[in-house]
Amino acid sequence: MSTMVEARGVTKAYGHVPVLRGVDLVVSQGEVTCLIGPSGSGKSTFLRCINHLEKHDAGELRVEGELVGYRLQNGKLYEQSDKQICGERANIGMVFQRFNLFQHLTVLDNLTIGQMKVKGVKEDVAVKSARELLARVGLDAKERNYPAQLSGGQQQRVAIARALAMEPRLMLFDEPTSALDPELVGEVLDVMRDLAKSGMTMIVVTHEMGFAREVANSVYFLDQGIIEESGTPAEVLGNPRTERLRNFLSKVL
Amino acid sequence: MSKDQQSEVEVVPVRHVGQWVGAAVVLVAIAMVVHTLFSKVPLQSGLNKCVTTAGKRVCHPILIWRFQWNTVGQYLFSSEVLRGVILTLELTAVAMVIGIVLGVIIAVMRLSSNRLLAAPAWVYTWFFRGTPVYVQLFFWFNIGLLYKRFTLGVPFLHVTFFSTSTNVITGVWAAILGLGLNEAAYMSEIARAGIISVDEGQTEAATSLGMTKGQTLRLVVLPQAMRVIIPPTGNEVISMLKTTSLAASIAVIELFGAVQNIWANNFKTLSLIVVACLWYLFMTTVMSIGQFYIERHFARGALRSPPMTPIQRLRKDLRTLGGRARNTRVTS
Repeated sequence: MSTMVEARGVTKAYGHVPVLRGVDLVVSQGEVTCLIGPSGSGKSTFLRCINHLEKHDAGELRVEGELVGYRLQNGKLYEQSDKQICGERANIGMVFQRFNLFQHLTVLDNLTIGQMKVKGVKEDVAVKSARELLARVGLDAKERNYPAQLSGGQQQRVAIARALAMEPRLMLFDEPTSALDPELVGEVLDVMRDLAKSGMTMIVVTHEMGFAREVANSVYFLDQGIIEESGTPAEVLGNPRTERLRNFLSKVL
Repeated sequence: MSKDQQSEVEVVPVRHVGQWVGAAVVLVAIAMVVHTLFSKVPLQSGLNKCVTTAGKRVCHPILIWRFQWNTVGQYLFSSEVLRGVILTLELTAVAMVIGIVLGVIIAVMRLSSNRLLAAPAWVYTWFFRGTPVYVQLFFWFNIGLLYKRFTLGVPFLHVTFFSTSTNVITGVWAAILGLGLNEAAYMSEIARAGIISVDEGQTEAATSLGMTKGQTLRLVVLPQAMRVIIPPTGNEVISMLKTTSLAASIAVIELFGAVQNIWANNFKTLSLIVVACLWYLFMTTVMSIGQFYIERHFARGALRSPPMTPIQRLRKDLRTLGGRARNTRVTS
């Protein structure tokens, strides 16, 4: 299996506060990777570095073998232009904690706008694939609704469909169920489970240990900007080696 | 309602004495306003009209409308006034277009992380908000004292594409420039507030889909900012409609200029002021109605159900009234 994401010593600081202090991580194609850890550990920041929503300060971050946000030439890193980075981002889907659906557009328009404006897909083609995706997340009846008229779980399923509409090769999930009422978490996890089964490469920042245990191929535990432990779910969640991870698991399980 | 239901327990609502007193005062005030608007006064003291009927001479003062409604009616639709109304609307439209386009550009500059873009935007707003628009109109009207020619070319090099005398700045052009540039300063603040009001998550989501900064602004941020931008912009349009009257002082024959010209000839000052007021009121009323529907359009998605239009509300009221009437018929 080829490598989808590769991070080597990725660091990042906000001002003088270090958030990532050398993160190493490898994700192969078709794998589901869960990032767990206490809040403020840098999970979300790391995820956002992968599609260059945040710039990392140092270290190497490659998606499909290509450096994110930079071009290596003659031993120097050249920052890429806005346009070039945009092209790369279109191949990476992202799902946010707060859904971030476009409030002024209907559900259907939320799914077609990226295809049409970024990838230049014709409207009828975009609408067709949008309807297929909405059916896949079980919301084909809601295409004329505005996001504010949907429940949190429905909004998050639309957000996943919106990301999928771009036909990404990698999906990033930033705590996709943290803003949901407990009874709505299941429907979103179901969609993510199906997505994983279909062979999508996924990196998921989550507090849902059940999901991680069941779906993930590997789990990384981040604490204070460092990967403390990593391995299969059985190893990391079932047999924690460090005191910190034991502490963390005792709080979230 | 049947008799035994009534006899159960009677509910006595609280009496709002203050409200009744207030309502009475307001009613008297309304009566006074209506009375003075439609009362008649003697044309001139001591000037009487006498009629002799059956050998008896009866004299009474000549009465005219206090507000000279007949003169108002005479000039309300005169061609000079109508031409003024059209010019007022044209000035408002052109100045607002300049104000909105330039205002949005300045707002985006102001929000740029590049200081070289943000600082001039701040200075622009500082200058145009800090000087009276009336004074600015005179500045543009007299720009010829400062520059003899307008030239389009390459700065600091002797390359000229186009050049013309500043005499082309007539009153109308000075008014368009003055009102438009001044409006841009106010519109930029309104647009900036609107852009800031859009959740940052919207920008992140657009970015993660691969949209460029320009696309994000155009397709995602500005349409949502509109909901916040439209109501104060409506106020600005209405305000601009009235502010165009200042242009009368730089030889622009818009509505107020037109009525001034008329009263300079016939001295019917008050009637013509009333003519102008009626037209301004009519135009601002139409604009307020338009504003309601535009606001409703841009609120889509932000509210679960859009506010009812007055027509819808009237229909609903009638329906409930009808429903109540039917119900009483059924029970009685």
